[in-house]
Amino acid sequence: MSTPSLEIKELAFAYPDGNQALYGVNIKIDKGERVALLGPNGAGKTTLILHINGIHPTNHGQVFVAGRLVDGNDPEGLREVRSKVGIVFQDPDDQLFMPTVGEDVAFGPYNMGLRGADLDNAVTQALTLVGMLEFKDRPPHHLSFGQRRRVAVATVLAMKPEILILDEPSSNLDPASRRELAEILNSLDITLLMVTHDLPYAVELCPRSLILAGGVITADGKTSDLLKDEKLLKQNRLELPKGFNL
Amino acid sequence: MIPTAPVGQAKSKHQHHHGHDVGERLYIHRHTPIHALSPALKIASLLFFLFVVVATPITYWLSYIIFFALIISVILVAKLPLLTVFKRSLIEIPFILFAVLMPFFGTGESFLFLNFTIYEEGLLAAAAIVAKGTIGVLGAITLSATSTAKDILQGLERLKLPSLMVNIATFSLRYINVVSDEMDRMKVARQSRGFEARGVRDWKILGSAAAALFIRSYERGERVHLAMLSRGFSGNLPKLATEAISQRDLLMALSLPITALVLSLLDRLVI
Repeated sequence: MSTPSLEIKELAFAYPDGNQALYGVNIKIDKGERVALLGPNGAGKTTLILHINGIHPTNHGQVFVAGRLVDGNDPEGLREVRSKVGIVFQDPDDQLFMPTVGEDVAFGPYNMGLRGADLDNAVTQALTLVGMLEFKDRPPHHLSFGQRRRVAVATVLAMKPEILILDEPSSNLDPASRRELAEILNSLDITLLMVTHDLPYAVELCPRSLILAGGVITADGKTSDLLKDEKLLKQNRLELPKGFNL
Repeated sequence: MIPTAPVGQAKSKHQHHHGHDVGERLYIHRHTPIHALSPALKIASLLFFLFVVVATPITYWLSYIIFFALIISVILVAKLPLLTVFKRSLIEIPFILFAVLMPFFGTGESFLFLNFTIYEEGLLAAAAIVAKGTIGVLGAITLSATSTAKDILQGLERLKLPSLMVNIATFSLRYINVVSDEMDRMKVARQSRGFEARGVRDWKILGSAAAALFIRSYERGERVHLAMLSRGFSGNLPKLATEAISQRDLLMALSLPITALVLSLLDRLVI
């Protein structure tokens, strides 16, 4: 058994104002797995993500990325962790801030120390993977929302992460963009953690699902099994769209 | 240096994109040597030229005629529509208004003109402000109409403006569109509920809308920062792409300020 891509042990977190968001989360994701992290709004999903790359320092519990402990007191290690954890945030406008698409995709690999032709290749490769190479020299503002989300995925793929984390990847997408993104994600050979409450999307992309509710993992299993369990879904404020059959 | 996005290619890609974004509104697309000139050279050339202009006393009228001729020939070479240039130069008016009052107040030698006392010193000072200001405004208009905002940033970076300032301007350029779109959406949402700003009484509503926009933008700033940290940001933004400067470009850029300098010196020393 190779080292798991992500391992979280007993992670707990309270905001400075005393609001407890996570109460001891345990997750293990093996290399190459595709896992959906399901949970209602306010379940602590985003808080959890920000622990994985050390933006939130772990006060209680441990997070390992590819076997390496995420330690907020080790800046050098944090840099390495951040190159291994690729987070695609919900609003692409938060993620795309450079004047052109190409420069934005180059931002991550540049921070990792890539220069010259290597940097060029990383950008071209990542943009090709999401089918956005022809938009390389455009300012992000001129792209459609779906295109911006795809570029946002490319910005982290360019860092060749160990694990790709997507925060609500299907939100605000029209059906065609939603399908195109699913095709792209399916084509990637990468460990994937997808945070969502779009249950059909989870079924489509992730064989395994976790449910996070009230700051703990309340279920972990095959996505199709979990989503068939109406009682479980109801307890966790999750619902399949009306008329949707597995 | 970050050679990911060759700038030349970017230009050719949306060669006929005339720009409707806030950051690109001033750019007027043409194919001229002035447009093609490296932005760093353009900025440096303009600064040098304006330095020569402000260093020349207004009493050397001939020099000023030459300066005007020079900047107008640059505008003509850049094929900028004169009417647009004129309209944009109206931004100067508030400053000129102030200058127009100067001849009526002051001390020293004076003469009567249509029953008004005109002070010579004030008149000269006003003429200096108007002439130097107009040349400066024309120069700025030429720069902004022949280079995109992004080019100007790249030029400033190359001219070694502190990177913090360049970064702030880069972010402003990127997000001014996002924020102005957000502002438009908020306006539409207000109007959809029957609100139309009519007078002072509505200022309170506009004020809280502005506050909401400010808070949203502030929070966005925090999210952008998080996203940057997640991609390993450690304080240095990659440099914007730059091209090598050819000797020919350098000569062309220098021709404006050098001509101005030489001719104004001739005016001062010889004539």
